[in-house]
Amino acid sequence: MSPFPSSSGSAVLVFKPRPSLPAPRQTVGIIGWLRTNLFNGWFNSVLTVIALGFLWKIVPPLMSWAIFDAVWTGGSDACAPGYEGACWVFIFNKFRVLMVGLYPGEHLWRPMLGGGIFIVLAALTVFHLLNPKKLIALWFLVPFPVYWLIAGGFSLTPVDQSLWGGLMLSMGLATIGILISLPLGILLALGRQSNFAIIKSISVGIIEPVRGVPLITILFMASVMMPLFLPVGININNLLRVQVGIIIFSSAYMAEVVRGGLQAIPLGQYDAAKSVGLNYWKSTVLIVLPQALRHVIPSLIGRCIALFKDTSLVIIVGLLDFLGMVKASAQDPEWLGHDAEAYIFCAFVFWVICFRMSRYGRSLERQKKGE
Amino acid sequence: MNISLRVLRGGRLTGLVLQLVVVAGIIYFGYLLFRNTQANLEARNIASGFGFFSVEAGFPIGSTLLPYTPADTYGYAFFIGTLNTLYVAFFGIIAATFIGIFIGVSRVSSNWLIAKLAEIYVETLRNIPLLLILFFTYSVVLVSLPGPHASLNPFFGCFINNRGLYLPKPLFQEGFGFVLSAFILGIVISFVVSRWSVSFRERTGVSIPSGWIGLATITGLPVFTYFAMGSPLAWEIAVLKGFNFQGGIIFRPEFSALMIGLVLYTAAFIGENVRSGIQSVDVGQIDAAKSFGVSKGSIMRRIILPQALRVIIPATTNDYTSLVKNSSLAVAIGYPDMVSVGGTIIGQNDQAIEIIGLWMAVYLAINLIASAIMNWINSKAKLVER
Repeated sequence: MSPFPSSSGSAVLVFKPRPSLPAPRQTVGIIGWLRTNLFNGWFNSVLTVIALGFLWKIVPPLMSWAIFDAVWTGGSDACAPGYEGACWVFIFNKFRVLMVGLYPGEHLWRPMLGGGIFIVLAALTVFHLLNPKKLIALWFLVPFPVYWLIAGGFSLTPVDQSLWGGLMLSMGLATIGILISLPLGILLALGRQSNFAIIKSISVGIIEPVRGVPLITILFMASVMMPLFLPVGININNLLRVQVGIIIFSSAYMAEVVRGGLQAIPLGQYDAAKSVGLNYWKSTVLIVLPQALRHVIPSLIGRCIALFKDTSLVIIVGLLDFLGMVKASAQDPEWLGHDAEAYIFCAFVFWVICFRMSRYGRSLERQKKGE
Repeated sequence: MNISLRVLRGGRLTGLVLQLVVVAGIIYFGYLLFRNTQANLEARNIASGFGFFSVEAGFPIGSTLLPYTPADTYGYAFFIGTLNTLYVAFFGIIAATFIGIFIGVSRVSSNWLIAKLAEIYVETLRNIPLLLILFFTYSVVLVSLPGPHASLNPFFGCFINNRGLYLPKPLFQEGFGFVLSAFILGIVISFVVSRWSVSFRERTGVSIPSGWIGLATITGLPVFTYFAMGSPLAWEIAVLKGFNFQGGIIFRPEFSALMIGLVLYTAAFIGENVRSGIQSVDVGQIDAAKSFGVSKGSIMRRIILPQALRVIIPATTNDYTSLVKNSSLAVAIGYPDMVSVGGTIIGQNDQAIEIIGLWMAVYLAINLIASAIMNWINSKAKLVER
């Protein structure tokens, strides 16, 4: 049918658009991309030039230091003074100490196996290979055999805790800290929401002061003050005390995260639970908490990252965790002058773990939005 | 939420009993702690109470804002440490805010390269521990600076070497008070002018460039007074004497490392707040403003910022309190802040309970004050609903 009514039946005018011209060459392809993203306007062009100059100044020297001029093989004499590049031999040489501290060599297979189990579990989590319920159960169960492997006892030779160190110690402090502080944090958060004035004020009285002071003061308290609180004659070792300090610190933050989730639950859910005859604990455990926790998983992962980074502070109360071992290695008289390599390696390991965790958190967030 | 009371069988009475039991438990626990502590303190011969505050400290402190000698008391030493904490916190917050805003704005820049660089900065610094950054700055970056004889001299009177950063020290001569008063007068005048210009614009519709007028009075008045009084300001410049520089203002490497680490780390977090704040503003609003022909600067000042601030301020308040708490990491690189000085005191007289209690009290107080100020600012920025 023609779009125009034909009056006489003669030639019918049909609107026929010409084929569209190709987009101007300056707006497509690489040139177009450069124009819209780097050189749109004089201001952005200047910025781009400055940034390129900055990169030119920084990146090539850094690359040649870290890769091309670096020493990858040899002994401590390979990095003679005057050598230009990074001395990665130093890291290879110290690798065992950085990973497990002074853990005795003949039992080295135990932390290695434990670490392997841990890596498998982390991979299962990060790549979404197991369903959430199984994952949570595994995360709460696996630390027991791993702890047994590392600590010994029950047919394995016990290894004294003063010999633990390195990345193993950091991971251990963080994992146990998170797994214990999460339930405690949930209890504190429920306490804070409670209608019993006394329980509420006790919860607030724990959460707010702990959140208001630096972790260092709590670690000092655990390390210096806690022995004074125990009955005369009873001693618990520094590692356990520090772990308790970390748990207390983390619980307060976990509580605030969980509270956010609790506040997001509509009141109708509580009413519905009540109307089917559930009591407080049943409605909390079966109805409220599962929803509240699902709501705050991304922030919980944020807390895990923060706590893992915070475990590096234990060096101040005399534990040699990963950062502590890195610092101690950098001060080894046989390998003086390799602070940069030591700290960059440490930063790299922390970065890989934390960045991966934050990506995981983001993927969960996206999943939640997709639901 | 009245659940706990009503749902527990027995209601009010059970609740009361439960609470009483908890209170009794806590009192008993507290009593046990108290008794144990008493016994332990006696067994270890540790004094209690704050009597030690008037005892001579006997240890030196590296950098102080007020004059201090080892002959001063423990109390004064602790006070010096507290001042250092406040000093780091105050300037750290200011610097981190500026760099954080810069990072956040770069994150949303239309320039791909700048946005990428800012993203790399944020993702790197947020995912490594602050303590590591401090160690790195202190024992890699600052140590690699040249020695005093080969000091960097970026501008007249400023020297940078591995012993510290030296700046010229202002020496106020007689009459400088007038310059200061002129400066304050300038602020007052510009405030009055901006108030008046708003009401003038509302009455007549004519807008007065009050910002420029204010800038002119605030800078012009003091400069005029300065020259009128015959330049009452001299500079003391650091000079190399023997192995080291003398005179001027010195920032020691411990302070610089702490400042650099704290500020760069916190700026990454503030940058993320700024980014999410700016991105929370609906693009349609900006398009609408553009279609009215509102200038770019005005769009930023009058449309984006007021809305973005509502997202930025609460999150940034948290980062400020983190910065204050993180300043306690000074102890790890030897800057004498409150925790470091307190730690030295504990090492000398074992009075851990008093010192740790004081630490907590001071940090709580600082954080309460900081969040009160930020809440006040937030209430100003909040959406005013009718």
